[in-house]
Amino acid sequence: MKKFILDLIVKENEHINEDYFVLKLTSNDKLPHMLPGQFVEIKVENSPTTFLRRPISVNFYDKELNELWLLIQIVGNGTRKLSEVQVGDTLNLILPLGNTFSIPGDKNSRLLLVGGGVGFAPMLFLGAYLNDLGYRCDFLLGGRSEANMVQLNEFKRYGEVYTTTEDGSMGEKGYVTQHSLLQKKQFDMIYTCGPTPMMQAVASYAHKRNIACEVSLENMMACGFGTCLCCVTDTVDGNLCVCTEGPVFNITKLKWQI
Amino acid sequence: MADLKVKLGKLQLKNPVMTASGTFGYGTEYSDFFDISRIGCIVVKGITLRNREGNAYPRMAETPSGMLNAVGLQNRGIDHFIKHIYPEIKNVNTNIFVNVNGSTVEEYIEVAEKVNDLDKIPGIELNISCPNVKEGGMAFGVSCPAAATVVREVRKVYSKELMVKLSPNVTSITEIARVVEGEGADSISLINTLLGMAIDAESRKPMLSTITGGLSGPAIKPVALRMVWQVAQEVKIPIVGMGGIMNARDAIEFFLAGASAVQIGTANFIDPTVSMKVLEGIEDYLNRHKFNSIYDIIGTMTI
Ligand SMILES: Cc1cc2nc3c(=O)[nH]c(=O)nc-3n(C[C@H](O)[C@H](O)[C@H](O)COP(=O)(O)OP(=O)(O)OC[C@H]3O[C@@H](n4cnc5c(N)ncnc54)[C@H](O)[C@@H]3O)c2cc1C
Ligand SMILES: Cc1cc2nc3c(=O)[nH]c(=O)nc-3n(C[C@H](O)[C@H](O)[C@H](O)COP(=O)(O)O)c2cc1C
Ligand code: FES
Repeated sequence: MKKFILDLIVKENEHINEDYFVLKLTSNDKLPHMLPGQFVEIKVENSPTTFLRRPISVNFYDKELNELWLLIQIVGNGTRKLSEVQVGDTLNLILPLGNTFSIPGDKNSRLLLVGGGVGFAPMLFLGAYLNDLGYRCDFLLGGRSEANMVQLNEFKRYGEVYTTTEDGSMGEKGYVTQHSLLQKKQFDMIYTCGPTPMMQAVASYAHKRNIACEVSLENMMACGFGTCLCCVTDTVDGNLCVCTEGPVFNITKLKWQI
Repeated sequence: MADLKVKLGKLQLKNPVMTASGTFGYGTEYSDFFDISRIGCIVVKGITLRNREGNAYPRMAETPSGMLNAVGLQNRGIDHFIKHIYPEIKNVNTNIFVNVNGSTVEEYIEVAEKVNDLDKIPGIELNISCPNVKEGGMAFGVSCPAAATVVREVRKVYSKELMVKLSPNVTSITEIARVVEGEGADSISLINTLLGMAIDAESRKPMLSTITGGLSGPAIKPVALRMVWQVAQEVKIPIVGMGGIMNARDAIEFFLAGASAVQIGTANFIDPTVSMKVLEGIEDYLNRHKFNSIYDIIGTMTI
């Protein structure tokens, strides 16, 4: 897909809580087409310690409204600076970057989308996209506590939502892989994005039951478009760039001990 | 309109803006963003004789005004380049240089010989300065006898433009530069990355898998500028300056210090079109100061 460098206009900056915010961006021109799993590289202005762009997943892309959503967790100076942008400001983005999830041929496939922490971000767009194509999906979302459980009302539009929190403040107590849903229901395909240990646990669950599984990785990136070779992950085909060959990988390709 | 053409040895570049090895892929990665044939010369990612997987992840750490990398020359080897990449890029209407690497003198020679046969590659950049590989690389660039041997042997088999890329991780940059000139290099490019490191205080672990890595970006510009200026006092062959160039003003400083051309590296990651902005900015500077040619400013810092 052709990549663009665009100045997008901030239409909304919605602070969900202290740690999370959603930027809704738009443009006077038509936004380029984006697929679930893809990400953007944002330039952060006026943050002296933020030298490189910041990779952020496409959280939602609304073709009709010409809107791009980014769900961002504040973890350092770059994301903090981004949280301060005002409606009407412009942000410079490179997009769309990376590959996408694979969609099974059978419309009756039972699909599970597992998100953890800020890994919720690409799962919302994937769920919406699958829904549009006529698939049904279940979401299994986990976080440390209730404060991490964001955008649940958005998720509910596209499927059944199951939740876990580590402290039990919402849904079942524990990790996503401990949720009772996984004992009750069979799945044909699992998609996941979140902290690496969580994705590995999900991958292990899928692997043991022969369920197809794709994970979305978040390696450190310098460029985001395949030129610096900093973002590699070890695969059966050698070191591959997460920004161009990924971020979505089938677990059979990764050399994870699962 | 000021004349932007410069000569590196016998080779003429349409303008003095080049892109630095390892930061511009094989060029085509940038063709969505602008017409890459407008660049004076593209230096492609470092190539070795055989496939190299490079170093383990993590390979990158951001620093104040720069970044550390420990890629370790990941590439598929020269034969793969010739078979699969060269056909894709040979019709790009500008100069393309191959960045040649090796663990031994023999490997440098073999890669250079193979590149010599490629019609549309008018020159090589001999990288004797990579800090991220265990064998070879920087070892050749930090010792005068080793640098002399590799340049002499490659010169014997390579007949086109031979540019040698120097490491800043030396006590005397001028000594190495003189040796490289003496052995027949047509031009010198500098600087490669400065050896550095970063530690995560919370986990008490190094940020890079290799512990140390190469620092690039604006953080190294003063060092690069100083080295270009020092080398310019000592050698007659053209110098290609790089290290932290983010805009036209930075580039102008390198010309004033004595560089005949500049390379843009890390800045490409932040603004993929930066090389065109630098090019336009240089043109604007020359016109504004009523210079007829880029040669009117090369090495003209007044003391
Ligand atoms: C493909 C991809 C998609 C991403 N999508 C999202 C998203 O949708 N929403 C979101 O909030 N974040 C996302 N991230 C992570 C996000 O890029 C980082 O959190 C951000 O760059 C941190 O910048 P900072 O300046 O705020 O923090 P820094 O000061 O740079 O770092 C603060 C802390 O965050 C860690 N960190 C920095 N970069 C990363 C990274 N790439 N991955 C994991 N940890 C990191 C650092 O190790 C450090 O401990 C994504 C990353 C990638 C590679
Ligand atoms: C990610 C990365 C990869 C690099 N790979 C190479 C390489 O393969 N060969 C080489 O000669 N220099 C390599 N370099 C060094 C650059 O070409 C350049 O010398 C250096 O980064 C300084 O310029 P800059 O500050 O403008 O980036 C690399 C630099 C970076 C940041
Ligand atoms: S981030 Fe530069 S190659 Fe992937």
